[in-house]
Amino acid sequence: MKLTLKVWRQKNSKAVGEFKTYQADHVSPDMSFLEMLDIVNQDLIMKGQEPIAFDHDCREGICGMCSLMINGVGHGPKTAITTCQLHMRSFSDGETVTIEPWRALPFPIIKDLVTDRSSFDRIIQAGGFISASTGAAPDGNSIPIAKPDAEQSMDAAACIGCGACVAACPNGSAMLFTAAKLAHLSFLPQGKIERHQRVLNMITVHDAEGFGNCTNMGECSAVCPKGISLDTIARLNRDLVMAALKGLEPTVGIPVEG
Amino acid sequence: MTGVLTLYRTSVGKKVIMALTGFILVGFVAFHMYGNTKLYQGPEVFNAYAAGLRDLGHPVLGYEHLLWIARVVLLSSVVLHFWSAMALTGKSQKTTAANAVGTLKRYGVQKRQTGYAAYTMRYGGVLIFLFVIYHLLHLTFGAVGYNAEQYQHPALDLKNNTYIYNVYNNVVYGFKNPWVAGFYLVTMLFLGVHLFHGVWSMFQTLGLNSAKYTGLLRGLAILVAAAVTIGNLTFPLAVYFGFVQ
Ligand code: FES
Repeated sequence: MKLTLKVWRQKNSKAVGEFKTYQADHVSPDMSFLEMLDIVNQDLIMKGQEPIAFDHDCREGICGMCSLMINGVGHGPKTAITTCQLHMRSFSDGETVTIEPWRALPFPIIKDLVTDRSSFDRIIQAGGFISASTGAAPDGNSIPIAKPDAEQSMDAAACIGCGACVAACPNGSAMLFTAAKLAHLSFLPQGKIERHQRVLNMITVHDAEGFGNCTNMGECSAVCPKGISLDTIARLNRDLVMAALKGLEPTVGIPVEG
Repeated sequence: MTGVLTLYRTSVGKKVIMALTGFILVGFVAFHMYGNTKLYQGPEVFNAYAAGLRDLGHPVLGYEHLLWIARVVLLSSVVLHFWSAMALTGKSQKTTAANAVGTLKRYGVQKRQTGYAAYTMRYGGVLIFLFVIYHLLHLTFGAVGYNAEQYQHPALDLKNNTYIYNVYNNVVYGFKNPWVAGFYLVTMLFLGVHLFHGVWSMFQTLGLNSAKYTGLLRGLAILVAAAVTIGNLTFPLAVYFGFVQ
């Protein structure tokens, strides 16, 4: 297959970026999207040009590093898969493919298609844990957990923190990510205890990091490679109302907005 | 400050304010539409309805008391709904503008994956807000949209010490003007779209939605949006085409 690529090139977070067009002439339909980019980069290196910088790690859909906006859709045209799992057979010969980084204030562009998503880490730091001391690994099933709860917790825990939800959200909100992390813990007895304080802390940091505000559009869930449902967001909202009714105050320091 | 009063601080809390005030406003538009159907029962019934609104809650509450309570609640709802929307939108726009391709476009290419209704909330909301102002100046105060002598202000009935309303007359003359009627019709379509997303969204924001109920709540949203929109569309049309004279 032959493809025309329109790729966002940007030297660093300060520089002004632009689209550059590249020709990919030797693309096999069996290649993954990242392999295709590897081939294009090889070409560029041979020509003595700067290769396209893009993020990746596991290349099997579990790390969440490979985050690309492909033809205007996070992780490309297929639903519920990551960019690394996308194959070139999903494109047609002669097609023009536009590749962009995630675009949002809390995701500064480091270079080309690579963004800094440590704002997600700071949301996790605000509440993605339980504060009970757990000691040694407990015996299996010593704390009984109902099957549906375990399932829902696991569904939420499938979130790999890729950031596609923020990229796709017309408001640049990280509500789906935050909600998944919250639901993952709040369905389990160990995580239930602090659920209201946790939601308040994580939302406080979510807001302070400069993420936008959810308007229940559902673009996030539509592009989520793990199919995290909007239900998790409803659960987050419910818990936040509960936190307010209980009169809780956030217990996290808020980074000063700059 | 504690409890619910701290809601305004977080993004989700502002959304909760939107949802609660939205709930009040949805209740109002549904009631308003239903009340207006009395237009089809003729001038007597319709004018009596208008006068009767002043006496709601009688004899427990005095003349216009409940009406004034409703006005205050509605006005505060509009103000809070608008304020939260502005605060939330402003922040979101900052987020998406930061690494955008250009001043108007966030991505070089972006494809919508979900329904269109949610995308119209802001424009629709602003249009509806402007409409409400016009609507009050028009039918309530008779300040715009009428030729001389057409609008009848409430007349004082000295014998019973009450006012006599002829809102029927005002509605009929009001919608004779095709521009005015057209503006009402267009806004009602936007209101329908606004309600379609808003009613469902309200439950989602309050945390009352889940996979089990989402179909039901979407259905409810369609029902409310359709009832209010279709009902309201018939009034200007009925007048304009002479079914109501
Ligand atoms: S590279 Fe790890 S999810 Fe794609």
